[in-house]
Amino acid sequence: MIDRAPDGPQPPRGLAHWVDRHGRWLIILPPLLFLLVFFLIPFGFALKISFAEAALRIPPFSDVVSVSPDHKLHVVLSLANYKYLLTDEVYAVSYLYSIRTAFFSTLLCLLIGYPMAYAMARSSKAMQGILMLIIILPFWTSFLLRVYALEGIIRDQGLLNTVLLWLGVIKEPLKIMRTTFAVYLGIVYSYLPFMVLPLYATLEKLDQTLLEAASDLGSRPWQAFIDVTLPLSMPGIIAGSMLVFIPAVGEYVIPALLGGPDNLMIGRVLWDEFFSNHDWPVAAAVAIAFLVLLAGPIALHQHYRVRQLEH
Amino acid sequence: MERRPSPLLLTLLCLGIAFLYLPMVVLIAYSFNASALASVWGGFSTHWYVELAHNRQILGAAGLSLEVAALASTGALVLGTLAAIALVRFTRFRGRLLLSGMVNAPLVMPEIITGITQLLLFVSMLQLIGWPSRGLTTIIIAHVAFCSAYVTITVQSRLASADRSLEEAAMDLGATPFQAFVDVTLPIIAPALVSSWLLSFTLSLDDLVISSFVSGPRSSTLPMVIYSKVKLGVSPDINALASLIITIVGVCVLIAGVLVRRAERQRLADNALAAG
Repeated sequence: MIDRAPDGPQPPRGLAHWVDRHGRWLIILPPLLFLLVFFLIPFGFALKISFAEAALRIPPFSDVVSVSPDHKLHVVLSLANYKYLLTDEVYAVSYLYSIRTAFFSTLLCLLIGYPMAYAMARSSKAMQGILMLIIILPFWTSFLLRVYALEGIIRDQGLLNTVLLWLGVIKEPLKIMRTTFAVYLGIVYSYLPFMVLPLYATLEKLDQTLLEAASDLGSRPWQAFIDVTLPLSMPGIIAGSMLVFIPAVGEYVIPALLGGPDNLMIGRVLWDEFFSNHDWPVAAAVAIAFLVLLAGPIALHQHYRVRQLEH
Repeated sequence: MERRPSPLLLTLLCLGIAFLYLPMVVLIAYSFNASALASVWGGFSTHWYVELAHNRQILGAAGLSLEVAALASTGALVLGTLAAIALVRFTRFRGRLLLSGMVNAPLVMPEIITGITQLLLFVSMLQLIGWPSRGLTTIIIAHVAFCSAYVTITVQSRLASADRSLEEAAMDLGATPFQAFVDVTLPIIAPALVSSWLLSFTLSLDDLVISSFVSGPRSSTLPMVIYSKVKLGVSPDINALASLIITIVGVCVLIAGVLVRRAERQRLADNALAAG
């Protein structure tokens, strides 16, 4: 301190110096470690337990790694659970059924959501703010309660049937509950905001002069839409579709409340395996296999999100 | 080109919004139905609300859920904001890709997978180190994990658009980086912090699937109690409860929306003033 040049920068020392050099790790490490331990590492445990066997004890599965009294490490990997997934056809059937259900619901969401997002993007700025709030509001409201509210409309004695019977359009109540259609309706109803918001975000940024140029060059409005707007809104279409498709594949509440016994989605199978059959290793294997199948769509979603953030 | 939606588009938008809101409006209307039969209108009554106020099981679960939501959203706010700062301000560090992946993944990960893997972790941890036993703690940890992702996404975009030169100016005037961040940037990202805390709170309050997996025998959250009743069919006191929750959340979101917009306008006006 004594021989320091009077106007030179004071070299930081001690704790202050350490914080200065490594301070950013104080910011990075807490979330990094937390998510590592409580989000990523759990997948490792699930993988490990998927190689175990169900056992009558607490927790209900055998040890994969154990140390015998003579200090030898034993690793017992059982592939029985995965073999079981391949042999019992309920798993393959429910995987395919979930993917089909999610696909058609996503398509319906897109068909309903695109015009909504387009109309929003073309409204005045003040109106856009209000419409945003209207679309976001259901997303904040309880998902479970919204599915329950939908049930009130489509039940056999629900509002829809009451009104249609009263109008004389139908003679007997429509059977909507416990059908595949009810599951589609539930997914579209619950996830529509997830489709509309990313679509709106891309459509709102769309350069209007491109459409003007197309119309100056003789394009009809719908042609300009197909040639200009639709391709340019592709990032929004993909983002919105992934946000609907991925959670819809794993949906549990909607098929359980609105669907019938035939609507065997993989989320429901997983739930039953766990809570009714208490077969944790098989449930872990189903989850791991499910995750592997979802890796593609999840990677696609991540790819577009990162690109979006960089622009 | 005119910036007005065509009548057809406008009609589709209105129909879409009606589709989103009609079931909730009908639910609220029916919660005042005196008849226990959902199909019959037995006159206006607040009977089910009175019934609800005496239901100890629901009140207990509601208390537990509020406690979980308050703690989990606060934890998620801290961790999620730190992650957002790390991702926006530090462009290069070991583990950046990992952190950004882990922040984005919970947004699309099916809840049932997150729930099952977290349960298996908690059970294995309990076996290995004797902590945590399933209950309040494990529910809060699980909720912090998925809520912090939403916090990071919200704060990240806000932080990325914040003007860094203001912070640099503060540091030129003698502020430490920490002071500059607290005094200059924190007020700018405050609306994002408020809205992400609220979002975490409602997400936590609403979670059924993950909570069902990681909860213990005596810790049923409100959605778990609601689900077990709803599975058996329509129940009038759940109608009343649902109407209350939907109304409270709706009013809170509206107020928050108006406040955030006002703060935003104020900030834009301030910026314009500073620039002029």
